Amino acid sequence: MSDETLKLTPLYAAHLEAGARMVPFAGYSMPVQYRDGVLKEHLWTRENAGLFDVSHMGQARLRGVSPLSAFEEVTPGDFIGLKPGKQRYSVLLNKKGGIIDDLMAGRPDDDGLFVVVNGACKENDFKVIDDELAGQVRIDRLEDRALLALQGPKAAEVLAIHAPDAAKLAFMETAALQAFGVDAIVSRSGYTGEDGYEISVPGEAALRIWNTLLADERVRPIGLGARDSLRLEAGLPLYGHDLDETVSPIEAGLGFAVSKKRRDAGDFPGARRITAELAGDLTRKTVGLKVEGAPAREGAEIADADGDVVGLVTSGGFAPSLGYPIALGFVPPALAAVGTELKVIVRGRAQPAQVVATPFVPHRYVRKV
Amino acid sequence: MRFTKDHEWVSLDGDVATIGITAYAAEQLGDVVFVETPDVGKTVAAGDGLAVVESVKAASDVYAPLSGEVLEANGALAEAPETVNQAPEAGGWFAKVKIADASAYEALMDRAAYDAYLETL
Repeated sequence: MSDETLKLTPLYAAHLEAGARMVPFAGYSMPVQYRDGVLKEHLWTRENAGLFDVSHMGQARLRGVSPLSAFEEVTPGDFIGLKPGKQRYSVLLNKKGGIIDDLMAGRPDDDGLFVVVNGACKENDFKVIDDELAGQVRIDRLEDRALLALQGPKAAEVLAIHAPDAAKLAFMETAALQAFGVDAIVSRSGYTGEDGYEISVPGEAALRIWNTLLADERVRPIGLGARDSLRLEAGLPLYGHDLDETVSPIEAGLGFAVSKKRRDAGDFPGARRITAELAGDLTRKTVGLKVEGAPAREGAEIADADGDVVGLVTSGGFAPSLGYPIALGFVPPALAAVGTELKVIVRGRAQPAQVVATPFVPHRYVRKV
Repeated sequence: MRFTKDHEWVSLDGDVATIGITAYAAEQLGDVVFVETPDVGKTVAAGDGLAVVESVKAASDVYAPLSGEVLEANGALAEAPETVNQAPEAGGWFAKVKIADASAYEALMDRAAYDAYLETL
């Protein structure tokens, strides 16, 4: 895709002014880093508060007679049991139990289901939902809205100044409310492993709100580069890398997204495969790896102690908060136990890699306020 | 000092070329977190991979600007890869290479030509 056809978020000019290096991402021109660079931006977010423009992501309302039960036809989550004010992480599944996308879906109010999906997947996601749930739900895409993420241990104290009601949400709670003088949809969630919020606002107000938050010395703009290293340390998968249409939620370690009620009912797409995998019929499993030496990137082979290739790295890189490289990758379940000594092949050389627990860096979610 | 379009620099002392990446390249890469330097004794041809520099985001190849045999690699980068950002055209060197043909050095860009090349990017 040439630069001329890239879409811009309402914050494009602000990114340029902040010294961003812009890259094509999900069809948009997005900031990969600002003047501080990925390393400093990453560490700033872990210690203070980082502000991310994630307006490329797909926002929509699913409306209809019973959008919650309808949404269960394309996901393995308990959405009928989703209470107002709550949000869930879930996955859109194909008929074979493969992941079409991962997403957040919540009830910020009584107006159906508010969903946020990956930018690169959004056109297909909404088509799949529309095809599968035609006649049951109407998808109202919110393309005139921007999405900001405020993440880090100081996010709550910063947001409390501007939107005290929003700041009082607990992890995975969501609300539609007035904040910054506009109709906002706020959830206490994110993609860094830190405490923080995702804030949906009208696009025309995005620049003012962005600047308001950045005026606080605790807040700095953070690019997609650090967003990736933060989520990797938090052990959170990235669609198109750790997840794709062949990967099931069980293989990906996302079993928590297959609710007990739905397991018992076996009434979700790909239930036969996923039920078998839950019973132990699994050929590969995502593990966390602590890597010695050069970073092992996506596509690097994983070998067992004998040197036989047993899997592939799906995401990998240097972990700024840890000071060494880490990776996520698939291995056979027999080699997935924490402490298992493996190898990663980087530029033809076998380097030691040990299976470690994820998240690599502990989550710091605020579950009770 | 001489320069390549791939943003390597070379300084020549007799027939020993010290090779690194330019300040421009280091700035473009961002924070260097790992450097893979070549094995001593390795023979490289101009244009071959000589080293690999890794930032948080990606790995980038560093090419040999000249042909020769690796005499020494900068072992200090193993413990302090950030030297590549802090002093790219000094302490951040990657390797010393014994070159066969000093005339190839003269054919590379000088500082003025490299600066003019940067202006075109």
